[in-house]
Amino acid sequence: MTGADTIRVANAQGFWGDSLEAPLLQMRQGPIDYLTLDYLAEVTMSILQKQRARDGNAGYARDFVEMIGRGARDIVERGIKVVANAGGVHPIACAEAAALALQRAGVSNGVKIGVVLGDDILPRLDELLDRGVPLCNMDTGEPLAVIRSRVQSANVYLGAAPIAEALGRGAQIVITGRCADAALTLGPAIHEFGWRMDDWARLAAGTVAGHAIECGTQSTGGNCQYDWESIPEFDNIGYPIAEIGREGGVVITKHQGTGGRVNVPGVTEQLLYEIGDPSTYITPDVIADFTSIDLEQDGTDRVRLSGAAGRPATDFSKVSISYTSGFRAIGLLVYGWPDAARKARKAEEILRARLDHLGLTFDAIHAEYIGANACHGDALSGPSHPDTPEVALRVGVRGKDRKAVERFTREIAPLALNGPPVVTYVGGRPKVEEVVAYWPALIPKAEVSWNVVMKEVHA
Amino acid sequence: MPRVRLLEVAHARSGDKGDCTNIGLIALRPELYPLLVEQVTADRVKEHFRELCKGRVDRFELPKLHALNFLLHQSLDGGGTVSLRTDAQGKTYSAALLRMEIDVP
Repeated sequence: MTGADTIRVANAQGFWGDSLEAPLLQMRQGPIDYLTLDYLAEVTMSILQKQRARDGNAGYARDFVEMIGRGARDIVERGIKVVANAGGVHPIACAEAAALALQRAGVSNGVKIGVVLGDDILPRLDELLDRGVPLCNMDTGEPLAVIRSRVQSANVYLGAAPIAEALGRGAQIVITGRCADAALTLGPAIHEFGWRMDDWARLAAGTVAGHAIECGTQSTGGNCQYDWESIPEFDNIGYPIAEIGREGGVVITKHQGTGGRVNVPGVTEQLLYEIGDPSTYITPDVIADFTSIDLEQDGTDRVRLSGAAGRPATDFSKVSISYTSGFRAIGLLVYGWPDAARKARKAEEILRARLDHLGLTFDAIHAEYIGANACHGDALSGPSHPDTPEVALRVGVRGKDRKAVERFTREIAPLALNGPPVVTYVGGRPKVEEVVAYWPALIPKAEVSWNVVMKEVHA
Repeated sequence: MPRVRLLEVAHARSGDKGDCTNIGLIALRPELYPLLVEQVTADRVKEHFRELCKGRVDRFELPKLHALNFLLHQSLDGGGTVSLRTDAQGKTYSAALLRMEIDVP
Protein backbone atom coordinates (compact mmCIF):
# COMPACT_ATOMS: atom_id res chain seq x y z
CA MET A 1 0.00 0.00 0.00
CA THR A 2 1.25 3.47 -0.80
CA GLY A 3 -0.06 6.80 0.38
CA ALA A 4 -1.74 8.03 -2.80
CA ASP A 5 -5.49 8.59 -2.85
CA THR A 6 -5.70 8.54 -6.63
CA ILE A 7 -3.57 6.78 -9.21
CA ARG A 8 -3.36 7.50 -12.92
CA VAL A 9 -3.28 4.32 -15.00
CA ALA A 10 -2.57 4.97 -18.67
CA ASN A 11 -3.19 2.50 -21.47
CA ALA A 12 -0.97 2.74 -24.53
CA GLN A 13 -1.61 -0.45 -26.48
CA GLY A 14 -4.99 -1.96 -27.38
CA PHE A 15 -3.58 -4.91 -29.33
CA TRP A 16 -0.25 -6.10 -30.74
CA GLY A 17 0.06 -3.85 -33.74
CA ASP A 18 -1.20 -0.68 -32.08
CA SER A 19 0.79 2.59 -32.29
CA LEU A 20 4.51 2.24 -31.51
CA GLU A 21 4.64 5.86 -30.32
CA ALA A 22 1.72 5.74 -27.89
CA PRO A 23 3.64 4.28 -24.90
CA LEU A 24 6.31 6.98 -25.15
CA LEU A 25 3.77 9.76 -25.56
CA GLN A 26 1.72 8.53 -22.61
CA MET A 27 4.85 8.84 -20.43
CA ARG A 28 5.98 12.20 -21.82
CA GLN A 29 2.78 14.21 -22.35
CA GLY A 30 1.71 14.41 -18.72
CA PRO A 31 1.82 12.71 -15.33
CA ILE A 32 0.97 9.01 -15.01
CA ASP A 33 1.73 6.38 -12.39
CA TYR A 34 1.20 3.20 -14.41
CA LEU A 35 1.52 2.35 -18.07
CA THR A 36 -0.54 -0.68 -19.14
CA LEU A 37 -0.08 -2.43 -22.46
CA ASP A 38 -2.49 -5.06 -23.77
CA TYR A 39 -0.91 -7.10 -26.57
CA LEU A 40 -2.87 -10.34 -26.54
CA ALA A 41 -5.88 -10.98 -28.75
CA GLU A 42 -7.30 -14.52 -29.00
CA VAL A 43 -5.45 -15.15 -32.25
CA THR A 44 -2.16 -13.67 -31.02
CA MET A 45 -1.48 -16.53 -28.59
CA SER A 46 -1.47 -19.15 -31.35
CA ILE A 47 0.80 -17.02 -33.55
CA LEU A 48 3.22 -16.69 -30.62
CA GLN A 49 3.07 -20.42 -29.95
CA LYS A 50 4.10 -21.10 -33.56
CA GLN A 51 6.99 -18.64 -33.21
CA ARG A 52 8.16 -20.39 -30.04
CA ALA A 53 7.95 -23.79 -31.76
CA ARG A 54 10.34 -22.51 -34.44
CA ASP A 55 12.64 -20.63 -32.03
CA GLY A 56 12.84 -21.56 -28.36
CA ASN A 57 13.69 -17.96 -27.40
CA ALA A 58 10.65 -16.45 -29.16
CA GLY A 59 6.95 -16.39 -28.28
CA TYR A 60 6.42 -12.91 -26.83
CA ALA A 61 5.50 -9.42 -28.11
CA ARG A 62 8.73 -8.06 -29.57
CA ASP A 63 7.27 -4.55 -29.88
CA PHE A 64 7.29 -4.42 -26.09
CA VAL A 65 11.05 -4.98 -25.85
CA GLU A 66 11.69 -2.24 -28.38
CA MET A 67 9.44 0.06 -26.35
CA ILE A 68 11.33 -0.74 -23.12
CA GLY A 69 14.58 0.22 -24.84
CA ARG A 70 13.24 3.48 -26.23
CA GLY A 71 11.37 4.38 -23.03
CA ALA A 72 13.88 3.12 -20.46
CA ARG A 73 14.88 6.56 -19.25
CA ASP A 74 11.26 7.73 -18.99
CA ILE A 75 10.30 4.64 -17.00
CA VAL A 76 13.15 4.97 -14.52
CA GLU A 77 13.48 8.75 -14.21
CA ARG A 78 9.74 9.36 -13.94
CA GLY A 79 9.20 6.32 -11.71
CA ILE A 80 6.47 4.91 -13.95
CA LYS A 81 5.47 1.30 -13.43
CA VAL A 82 4.77 -0.72 -16.54
CA VAL A 83 2.28 -3.62 -16.59
CA ALA A 84 2.04 -5.60 -19.81
CA ASN A 85 0.81 -8.99 -20.98
CA ALA A 86 3.67 -8.90 -23.49
CA GLY A 87 4.92 -12.26 -22.21
CA GLY A 88 2.64 -14.15 -24.57
CA VAL A 89 3.56 -17.83 -24.38
CA HIS A 90 7.10 -17.18 -23.10
CA PRO A 91 7.11 -14.53 -20.32
CA ILE A 92 10.59 -15.53 -19.08
CA ALA A 93 12.18 -14.94 -22.48
CA CYS A 94 10.33 -11.64 -22.68
CA ALA A 95 11.70 -10.57 -19.29
CA GLU A 96 15.25 -11.50 -20.32
CA ALA A 97 14.95 -9.50 -23.52
CA ALA A 98 13.49 -6.55 -21.59
CA ALA A 99 16.36 -6.72 -19.07
CA LEU A 100 18.86 -6.65 -21.92
CA ALA A 101 17.08 -3.65 -23.45
CA LEU A 102 17.33 -1.83 -20.11
CA GLN A 103 21.03 -2.63 -19.81
CA ARG A 104 21.68 -1.39 -23.33
CA ALA A 105 19.86 1.85 -22.50
CA GLY A 106 22.24 2.24 -19.57
CA VAL A 107 19.64 2.68 -16.82
CA SER A 108 19.58 -0.82 -15.49
CA ASN A 109 20.90 -0.92 -11.96
CA GLY A 110 18.44 -2.29 -9.48
CA VAL A 111 15.38 -2.22 -11.73
CA LYS A 112 13.12 -5.12 -10.83
CA ILE A 113 11.03 -7.05 -13.32
CA GLY A 114 8.21 -9.23 -12.01
CA VAL A 115 7.22 -12.16 -14.21
CA VAL A 116 3.84 -13.82 -13.74
CA LEU A 117 3.85 -17.54 -14.54
CA GLY A 118 1.21 -20.26 -14.43
CA ASP A 119 -1.18 -19.38 -17.25
CA ASP A 120 0.39 -21.84 -19.70
CA ILE A 121 -1.20 -25.27 -19.19
CA LEU A 122 -0.16 -26.77 -22.54
CA PRO A 123 2.34 -29.14 -20.84
CA ARG A 124 -0.37 -30.23 -18.37
CA LEU A 125 -3.19 -30.96 -20.81
CA ASP A 126 -2.90 -34.77 -20.85
CA GLU A 127 -2.61 -34.91 -17.08
CA LEU A 128 -5.72 -32.73 -16.73
CA LEU A 129 -7.71 -34.83 -19.22
CA ASP A 130 -6.58 -38.04 -17.47
CA ARG A 131 -7.82 -36.70 -14.15
CA GLY A 132 -11.25 -35.98 -15.60
CA VAL A 133 -11.01 -32.25 -16.37
CA PRO A 134 -12.66 -32.39 -19.82
CA LEU A 135 -12.01 -28.76 -20.93
CA CYS A 136 -15.23 -28.87 -22.97
CA ASN A 137 -15.79 -26.19 -25.60
CA MET A 138 -17.95 -23.53 -23.95
CA ASP A 139 -19.89 -22.96 -27.17
CA THR A 140 -20.41 -26.50 -28.47
CA GLY A 141 -20.01 -28.67 -25.35
CA GLU A 142 -17.57 -31.02 -27.11
CA PRO A 143 -14.72 -32.45 -24.97
CA LEU A 144 -11.16 -31.37 -25.77
CA ALA A 145 -10.22 -34.97 -26.57
CA VAL A 146 -11.85 -34.45 -30.02
CA ILE A 147 -9.10 -32.02 -31.07
CA ARG A 148 -6.35 -32.88 -28.54
CA SER A 149 -3.76 -33.86 -31.16
CA ARG A 150 -4.13 -30.52 -32.95
CA VAL A 151 -3.82 -28.18 -29.93
CA GLN A 152 -1.28 -25.38 -30.40
CA SER A 153 -1.62 -23.40 -27.18
CA ALA A 154 -3.63 -23.52 -23.94
CA ASN A 155 -3.59 -20.60 -21.53
CA VAL A 156 -5.63 -19.80 -18.45
CA TYR A 157 -6.81 -16.23 -17.97
CA LEU A 158 -5.13 -15.20 -14.72
CA GLY A 159 -6.45 -12.31 -12.62
CA ALA A 160 -5.11 -9.24 -10.87
CA ALA A 161 -3.65 -10.90 -7.75
CA PRO A 162 -0.32 -11.97 -9.33
CA ILE A 163 0.16 -8.48 -10.76
CA ALA A 164 -0.50 -6.90 -7.36
CA GLU A 165 1.95 -9.35 -5.77
CA ALA A 166 4.69 -8.50 -8.28
CA LEU A 167 4.20 -4.78 -7.61
CA GLY A 168 4.24 -5.47 -3.88
CA ARG A 169 7.62 -7.13 -4.28
CA GLY A 170 8.99 -3.98 -5.86
CA ALA A 171 8.57 -4.65 -9.57
CA GLN A 172 8.98 -1.61 -11.79
CA ILE A 173 7.94 -3.69 -14.78
CA VAL A 174 5.40 -6.54 -14.62
CA ILE A 175 5.26 -9.01 -17.48
CA THR A 176 2.43 -11.52 -17.70
CA GLY A 177 1.28 -14.09 -20.21
CA ARG A 178 -2.47 -14.57 -20.68
CA CYS A 179 -4.42 -12.61 -18.12
CA ALA A 180 -7.77 -10.87 -18.08
CA ASP A 181 -7.38 -7.57 -19.94
CA ALA A 182 -8.91 -5.58 -17.07
CA ALA A 183 -6.45 -7.16 -14.60
CA LEU A 184 -3.67 -5.00 -16.02
CA THR A 185 -5.51 -2.00 -14.50
CA LEU A 186 -7.07 -3.69 -11.47
CA GLY A 187 -3.72 -5.11 -10.28
CA PRO A 188 -2.15 -1.67 -9.69
CA ALA A 189 -5.27 -0.48 -7.82
CA ILE A 190 -5.21 -3.51 -5.52
CA HIS A 191 -1.52 -2.93 -4.87
CA GLU A 192 -1.80 0.81 -4.22
CA PHE A 193 -4.92 0.81 -2.10
CA GLY A 194 -4.71 -2.61 -0.46
CA TRP A 195 -8.18 -3.55 -1.66
CA ARG A 196 -9.30 -6.88 -0.26
CA MET A 197 -9.88 -9.65 -2.78
CA ASP A 198 -13.49 -9.92 -1.59
CA ASP A 199 -14.22 -6.20 -1.76
CA TRP A 200 -16.55 -6.83 -4.70
CA ALA A 201 -17.67 -3.25 -5.29
CA ARG A 202 -14.13 -1.88 -5.52
CA LEU A 203 -12.90 -4.84 -7.57
CA ALA A 204 -15.80 -4.19 -9.95
CA ALA A 205 -14.91 -0.49 -10.16
CA GLY A 206 -11.29 -1.32 -11.02
CA THR A 207 -12.46 -3.89 -13.56
CA VAL A 208 -14.78 -1.42 -15.27
CA ALA A 209 -11.95 1.12 -15.35
CA GLY A 210 -9.75 -1.51 -16.98
CA HIS A 211 -12.42 -2.43 -19.53
CA ALA A 212 -12.88 1.26 -20.37
CA ILE A 213 -9.20 1.77 -21.26
CA GLU A 214 -8.06 -1.66 -22.45
CA CYS A 215 -8.75 -1.00 -26.14
CA GLY A 216 -6.59 2.10 -26.43
CA THR A 217 -8.29 5.05 -28.07
CA GLN A 218 -11.67 3.35 -28.38
CA SER A 219 -12.59 5.40 -25.30
CA THR A 220 -10.93 8.64 -26.43
CA GLY A 221 -12.49 9.02 -29.88
CA GLY A 222 -10.94 6.24 -31.94
CA ASN A 223 -13.33 4.02 -33.89
CA CYS A 224 -16.15 6.03 -32.35
CA GLN A 225 -19.40 6.15 -34.28
CA TYR A 226 -20.98 9.00 -32.31
CA ASP A 227 -20.56 12.29 -34.18
CA TRP A 228 -17.21 11.07 -35.48
CA GLU A 229 -16.57 13.95 -37.86
CA SER A 230 -16.38 16.48 -35.04
CA ILE A 231 -13.74 14.54 -33.10
CA PRO A 232 -10.61 16.73 -33.12
CA GLU A 233 -7.07 15.87 -34.23
CA PHE A 234 -7.10 12.14 -34.95
CA ASP A 235 -3.44 12.45 -35.96
CA ASN A 236 -2.57 13.48 -32.42
CA ILE A 237 -5.16 11.36 -30.61
CA GLY A 238 -4.55 10.93 -26.89
CA TYR A 239 -4.63 7.43 -25.38
CA PRO A 240 -6.85 6.89 -22.33
CA ILE A 241 -6.04 7.33 -18.67
CA ALA A 242 -8.11 5.96 -15.79
CA GLU A 243 -7.88 7.99 -12.59
CA ILE A 244 -8.77 5.50 -9.89
CA GLY A 245 -9.53 6.57 -6.33
CA ARG A 246 -8.94 4.68 -3.11
CA GLU A 247 -12.70 4.33 -2.58
CA GLY A 248 -13.31 3.06 -6.12
CA GLY A 249 -14.10 6.32 -7.90
CA VAL A 250 -13.09 6.28 -11.57
CA VAL A 251 -12.62 9.05 -14.13
CA ILE A 252 -11.66 8.31 -17.75
CA THR A 253 -9.57 11.07 -19.28
CA LYS A 254 -6.50 11.78 -21.45
CA HIS A 255 -3.54 14.14 -21.41
CA GLN A 256 -4.23 17.83 -22.05
CA GLY A 257 -3.08 19.04 -25.42
CA THR A 258 -3.79 15.75 -27.17
CA GLY A 259 -6.40 15.12 -29.84
CA GLY A 260 -9.47 12.94 -29.65
CA ARG A 261 -12.33 13.38 -27.19
CA VAL A 262 -13.56 11.81 -23.98
CA ASN A 263 -17.32 12.12 -23.60
CA VAL A 264 -20.21 10.05 -22.31
CA PRO A 265 -21.34 8.65 -25.69
CA GLY A 266 -17.78 7.61 -26.56
CA VAL A 267 -17.13 5.91 -23.22
CA THR A 268 -20.54 4.21 -23.45
CA GLU A 269 -19.56 2.69 -26.80
CA GLN A 270 -16.42 1.24 -25.21
CA LEU A 271 -18.26 -0.11 -22.14
CA LEU A 272 -20.50 -2.11 -24.49
CA TYR A 273 -17.58 -3.38 -26.57
CA GLU A 274 -17.08 -7.16 -26.59
CA ILE A 275 -19.34 -7.88 -23.66
CA GLY A 276 -22.00 -10.55 -23.21
CA ASP A 277 -24.67 -10.29 -20.53
CA PRO A 278 -23.91 -6.81 -19.12
CA SER A 279 -25.17 -7.74 -15.66
CA THR A 280 -22.64 -10.59 -15.49
CA TYR A 281 -19.24 -9.50 -16.78
CA ILE A 282 -17.11 -12.39 -15.58
CA THR A 283 -13.42 -11.94 -14.77
CA PRO A 284 -11.11 -14.13 -12.68
CA ASP A 285 -11.43 -11.61 -9.80
CA VAL A 286 -15.08 -10.54 -9.72
CA ILE A 287 -18.38 -10.57 -11.56
CA ALA A 288 -19.05 -6.95 -12.47
CA ASP A 289 -22.52 -5.56 -13.19
CA PHE A 290 -22.45 -2.99 -15.98
CA THR A 291 -26.19 -2.28 -15.75
CA SER A 292 -25.71 -0.34 -12.51
CA ILE A 293 -23.06 2.03 -13.92
CA ASP A 294 -23.71 5.78 -14.10
CA LEU A 295 -21.69 7.98 -16.43
CA GLU A 296 -21.41 11.75 -16.20
CA GLN A 297 -19.33 14.41 -17.89
CA ASP A 298 -16.94 15.76 -15.27
CA GLY A 299 -15.31 18.59 -17.19
CA THR A 300 -13.66 18.68 -20.59
CA ASP A 301 -12.42 15.24 -21.67
CA ARG A 302 -13.36 13.73 -18.32
CA VAL A 303 -16.06 11.11 -17.79
CA ARG A 304 -16.88 9.86 -14.32
CA LEU A 305 -17.93 6.22 -13.89
CA SER A 306 -19.75 5.25 -10.73
CA GLY A 307 -22.10 2.65 -9.32
CA ALA A 308 -20.49 -0.51 -10.69
CA ALA A 309 -21.73 -3.40 -8.57
CA GLY A 310 -19.73 -6.56 -7.98
CA ARG A 311 -20.42 -10.14 -6.94
CA PRO A 312 -18.12 -13.00 -5.93
CA ALA A 313 -16.05 -14.48 -8.74
CA THR A 314 -16.90 -17.93 -10.05
CA ASP A 315 -15.05 -21.14 -9.14
CA PHE A 316 -13.78 -21.49 -12.70
CA SER A 317 -11.16 -19.82 -14.84
CA LYS A 318 -11.48 -19.42 -18.58
CA VAL A 319 -8.94 -21.18 -20.76
CA SER A 320 -8.06 -20.01 -24.23
CA ILE A 321 -7.05 -22.97 -26.40
CA SER A 322 -6.04 -22.77 -30.05
CA TYR A 323 -5.81 -25.66 -32.50
CA THR A 324 -5.11 -26.20 -36.17
CA SER A 325 -8.11 -26.78 -38.35
CA GLY A 326 -7.14 -27.16 -42.02
CA PHE A 327 -6.12 -24.56 -44.57
CA ARG A 328 -7.48 -21.56 -46.38
CA ALA A 329 -6.62 -19.13 -49.17
CA ILE A 330 -8.27 -15.92 -50.34
CA GLY A 331 -7.79 -14.19 -53.70
CA LEU A 332 -8.80 -10.86 -55.20
CA LEU A 333 -9.74 -9.66 -58.71
CA VAL A 334 -10.98 -6.13 -59.40
CA TYR A 335 -13.65 -5.51 -62.08
CA GLY A 336 -14.22 -2.02 -63.51
CA TRP A 337 -17.19 -0.05 -64.85
CA PRO A 338 -19.64 -0.74 -66.38
CA ASP A 339 -21.64 -3.43 -64.58
CA ALA A 340 -18.70 -4.20 -62.31
CA ALA A 341 -20.72 -6.27 -59.85
CA ARG A 342 -22.29 -8.39 -62.62
CA LYS A 343 -18.84 -9.16 -64.02
CA ALA A 344 -17.60 -10.17 -60.58
CA ARG A 345 -20.59 -12.47 -60.10
CA LYS A 346 -20.04 -14.05 -63.49
CA ALA A 347 -16.37 -14.63 -62.64
CA GLU A 348 -17.35 -16.34 -59.40
CA GLU A 349 -19.73 -18.61 -61.32
CA ILE A 350 -16.98 -19.55 -63.79
CA LEU A 351 -14.49 -20.20 -61.00
CA ARG A 352 -16.86 -22.46 -59.09
CA ALA A 353 -17.55 -24.46 -62.26
CA ARG A 354 -13.83 -24.87 -62.94
CA LEU A 355 -13.19 -26.05 -59.38
CA ASP A 356 -15.96 -28.60 -60.00
CA HIS A 357 -14.36 -29.74 -63.27
CA LEU A 358 -11.12 -30.29 -61.35
CA GLY A 359 -12.95 -32.39 -58.77
CA LEU A 360 -11.88 -30.12 -55.90
CA THR A 361 -14.06 -29.99 -52.80
CA PHE A 362 -13.83 -27.67 -49.81
CA ASP A 363 -15.50 -27.21 -46.43
CA ALA A 364 -16.42 -23.68 -47.54
CA ILE A 365 -16.21 -21.52 -50.65
CA HIS A 366 -17.09 -17.92 -49.95
CA ALA A 367 -17.34 -15.01 -52.40
CA GLU A 368 -17.89 -11.34 -51.67
CA TYR A 369 -18.09 -8.25 -53.83
CA ILE A 370 -16.08 -5.49 -52.18
CA GLY A 371 -17.67 -2.19 -53.10
CA ALA A 372 -21.09 -3.77 -53.35
CA ASN A 373 -21.91 -6.00 -50.38
CA ALA A 374 -18.77 -7.46 -48.76
CA CYS A 375 -19.42 -6.49 -45.16
CA HIS A 376 -23.19 -6.82 -44.87
CA GLY A 377 -24.31 -9.24 -47.59
CA ASP A 378 -26.93 -8.85 -50.32
CA ALA A 379 -29.98 -8.63 -48.09
CA LEU A 380 -28.73 -5.55 -46.25
CA SER A 381 -26.61 -3.95 -48.97
CA GLY A 382 -29.22 -3.97 -51.75
CA PRO A 383 -28.49 -4.17 -55.49
CA SER A 384 -25.28 -2.65 -56.81
CA HIS A 385 -25.68 0.34 -59.15
CA PRO A 386 -24.58 -0.39 -62.76
CA ASP A 387 -22.43 2.76 -62.67
CA THR A 388 -20.46 1.62 -59.59
CA PRO A 389 -16.88 2.47 -60.60
CA GLU A 390 -15.36 -0.83 -59.52
CA VAL A 391 -16.06 -3.95 -57.51
CA ALA A 392 -13.52 -6.44 -56.21
CA LEU A 393 -14.31 -10.12 -56.29
CA ARG A 394 -12.86 -11.55 -53.09
CA VAL A 395 -13.12 -15.31 -53.08
CA GLY A 396 -11.79 -17.77 -50.54
CA VAL A 397 -11.84 -21.49 -49.78
CA ARG A 398 -11.29 -23.46 -46.59
CA GLY A 399 -10.65 -27.19 -46.34
CA LYS A 400 -8.68 -30.01 -44.73
CA ASP A 401 -6.74 -30.89 -47.89
CA ARG A 402 -3.77 -28.58 -48.36
CA LYS A 403 -3.27 -29.71 -51.97
CA ALA A 404 -6.81 -28.75 -52.94
CA VAL A 405 -6.41 -25.30 -51.38
CA GLU A 406 -3.06 -24.91 -53.16
CA ARG A 407 -4.68 -25.85 -56.49
CA PHE A 408 -7.40 -23.25 -55.91
CA THR A 409 -4.79 -20.49 -55.61
CA ARG A 410 -3.70 -21.23 -59.21
CA GLU A 411 -7.21 -20.80 -60.60
CA ILE A 412 -7.62 -17.10 -59.74
CA ALA A 413 -5.07 -15.39 -61.99
CA PRO A 414 -6.20 -17.11 -65.22
CA LEU A 415 -9.61 -15.44 -64.83
CA ALA A 416 -7.93 -12.14 -65.68
CA LEU A 417 -7.46 -13.39 -69.22
CA ASN A 418 -10.06 -16.10 -69.66
CA GLY A 419 -13.06 -14.55 -67.90
CA PRO A 420 -15.18 -11.36 -67.98
CA PRO A 421 -13.54 -8.11 -69.22
CA VAL A 422 -12.26 -4.91 -67.56
CA VAL A 423 -10.39 -6.67 -64.81
CA THR A 424 -7.14 -6.28 -62.95
CA TYR A 425 -5.46 -8.88 -60.78
CA VAL A 426 -4.29 -7.75 -57.35
CA GLY A 427 -1.66 -9.00 -55.00
CA GLY A 428 -0.13 -12.01 -56.73
CA ARG A 429 -1.07 -15.63 -56.13
CA PRO A 430 -2.85 -16.06 -52.80
CA LYS A 431 -0.94 -17.72 -49.98
CA VAL A 432 -2.15 -20.93 -48.38
CA GLU A 433 -2.57 -20.31 -44.65
CA GLU A 434 -3.01 -22.79 -41.85
CA VAL A 435 -6.30 -22.15 -40.08
CA VAL A 436 -6.03 -21.80 -36.31
CA ALA A 437 -9.33 -22.16 -34.52
CA TYR A 438 -10.23 -21.03 -31.01
CA TRP A 439 -11.55 -23.32 -28.27
CA PRO A 440 -12.80 -21.54 -25.14
CA ALA A 441 -13.11 -23.77 -22.06
CA LEU A 442 -13.43 -23.62 -18.28
CA ILE A 443 -11.08 -25.07 -15.68
CA PRO A 444 -11.76 -25.29 -11.92
CA LYS A 445 -9.72 -22.64 -10.12
CA ALA A 446 -8.36 -25.33 -7.80
CA GLU A 447 -6.45 -26.68 -10.83
CA VAL A 448 -4.77 -23.34 -11.49
CA SER A 449 -1.65 -22.18 -9.71
CA TRP A 450 0.39 -19.11 -10.50
CA ASN A 451 3.62 -17.71 -9.17
CA VAL A 452 5.71 -14.58 -9.54
CA VAL A 453 9.40 -14.68 -10.41
CA MET A 454 11.45 -11.56 -9.73
CA LYS A 455 14.39 -10.56 -11.88
CA GLU A 456 16.70 -7.73 -10.87
CA VAL A 457 18.56 -6.00 -13.67
CA HIS A 458 22.23 -5.16 -13.23
CA ALA A 459 24.64 -3.59 -15.67
CA MET B 1 -45.88 7.92 -37.95
CA PRO B 2 -42.49 8.65 -39.59
CA ARG B 3 -40.22 5.69 -40.20
CA VAL B 4 -36.49 6.38 -39.78
CA ARG B 5 -33.29 4.42 -39.84
CA LEU B 6 -31.79 3.62 -36.43
CA LEU B 7 -28.86 5.76 -37.60
CA GLU B 8 -31.09 8.79 -36.92
CA VAL B 9 -31.79 7.86 -33.29
CA ALA B 10 -28.88 5.73 -32.06
CA HIS B 11 -25.17 4.99 -32.29
CA ALA B 12 -23.44 1.65 -31.93
CA ARG B 13 -20.22 -0.36 -31.68
CA SER B 14 -19.66 -4.05 -32.37
CA GLY B 15 -17.00 -6.66 -31.67
CA ASP B 16 -16.50 -10.41 -31.44
CA LYS B 17 -16.03 -13.36 -29.09
CA GLY B 18 -15.33 -16.50 -31.08
CA ASP B 19 -18.17 -17.05 -33.54
CA CYS B 20 -20.44 -14.55 -31.74
CA THR B 21 -20.81 -10.84 -32.52
CA ASN B 22 -21.89 -8.33 -29.91
CA ILE B 23 -23.53 -5.06 -30.88
CA GLY B 24 -24.03 -2.27 -28.36
CA LEU B 25 -26.85 0.06 -29.46
CA ILE B 26 -27.10 3.41 -27.65
CA ALA B 27 -29.92 5.95 -27.90
CA LEU B 28 -28.74 9.39 -29.04
CA ARG B 29 -30.98 10.92 -26.35
CA PRO B 30 -32.48 9.30 -23.23
CA GLU B 31 -36.07 9.88 -24.39
CA LEU B 32 -35.42 7.73 -27.47
CA TYR B 33 -34.42 4.67 -25.41
CA PRO B 34 -37.99 3.35 -24.88
CA LEU B 35 -38.45 3.28 -28.66
CA LEU B 36 -35.41 1.04 -28.97
CA VAL B 37 -36.66 -1.27 -26.20
CA GLU B 38 -40.08 -1.51 -27.83
CA GLN B 39 -39.08 -1.97 -31.45
CA VAL B 40 -35.55 -3.34 -31.69
CA THR B 41 -36.45 -6.79 -30.43
CA ALA B 42 -34.22 -9.86 -30.58
CA ASP B 43 -36.58 -11.35 -33.18
CA ARG B 44 -36.32 -8.30 -35.43
CA VAL B 45 -32.55 -8.25 -35.15
CA LYS B 46 -32.41 -11.95 -36.00
CA GLU B 47 -34.57 -11.28 -39.08
CA HIS B 48 -32.46 -8.24 -40.05
CA PHE B 49 -29.25 -10.31 -39.92
CA ARG B 50 -30.77 -13.50 -41.39
CA GLU B 51 -28.09 -13.64 -44.08
CA LEU B 52 -25.16 -13.29 -41.66
CA CYS B 53 -26.33 -14.79 -38.36
CA LYS B 54 -26.99 -18.55 -38.30
CA GLY B 55 -27.72 -18.86 -34.58
CA ARG B 56 -29.95 -17.16 -32.05
CA VAL B 57 -29.95 -13.50 -31.01
CA ASP B 58 -29.93 -12.51 -27.31
CA ARG B 59 -30.84 -9.03 -26.13
CA PHE B 60 -29.88 -7.32 -22.86
CA GLU B 61 -31.07 -3.97 -21.50
CA LEU B 62 -28.92 -1.25 -19.90
CA PRO B 63 -31.49 1.41 -18.97
CA LYS B 64 -29.01 3.64 -17.12
CA LEU B 65 -26.85 3.91 -20.22
CA HIS B 66 -29.94 4.08 -22.51
CA ALA B 67 -28.49 1.14 -24.36
CA LEU B 68 -29.18 -2.40 -25.54
CA ASN B 69 -26.61 -5.14 -26.07
CA PHE B 70 -27.19 -7.86 -28.67
CA LEU B 71 -25.36 -11.16 -29.04
CA LEU B 72 -25.54 -12.67 -32.53
CA HIS B 73 -24.51 -16.31 -32.20
CA GLN B 74 -22.86 -18.16 -35.11
CA SER B 75 -22.53 -14.96 -37.07
CA LEU B 76 -18.86 -14.96 -38.17
CA ASP B 77 -18.44 -18.07 -40.33
CA GLY B 78 -16.67 -19.89 -37.50
CA GLY B 79 -14.94 -16.94 -35.83
CA GLY B 80 -12.15 -14.44 -36.44
CA THR B 81 -9.30 -16.84 -37.19
CA VAL B 82 -11.34 -19.29 -39.28
CA SER B 83 -13.76 -17.05 -41.18
CA LEU B 84 -13.42 -16.33 -44.91
CA ARG B 85 -15.36 -13.08 -44.58
CA THR B 86 -13.85 -9.62 -45.04
CA ASP B 87 -15.38 -8.58 -41.74
CA ALA B 88 -14.27 -11.65 -39.83
CA GLN B 89 -14.69 -9.95 -36.44
CA GLY B 90 -18.05 -8.28 -36.97
CA LYS B 91 -16.53 -4.82 -36.63
CA THR B 92 -19.00 -3.31 -39.13
CA TYR B 93 -22.11 -5.11 -37.84
CA SER B 94 -22.89 -2.09 -35.68
CA ALA B 95 -23.48 -0.05 -38.83
CA ALA B 96 -25.47 -2.89 -40.39
CA LEU B 97 -27.87 -2.71 -37.44
CA LEU B 98 -28.19 1.07 -37.89
CA ARG B 99 -29.78 0.39 -41.30
CA MET B 100 -32.85 -1.04 -39.54
CA GLU B 101 -35.95 1.18 -39.63
CA ILE B 102 -38.22 2.00 -36.70
CA ASP B 103 -41.32 4.17 -36.24
CA VAL B 104 -40.93 7.40 -34.30
CA PRO B 105 -43.88 9.44 -32.98
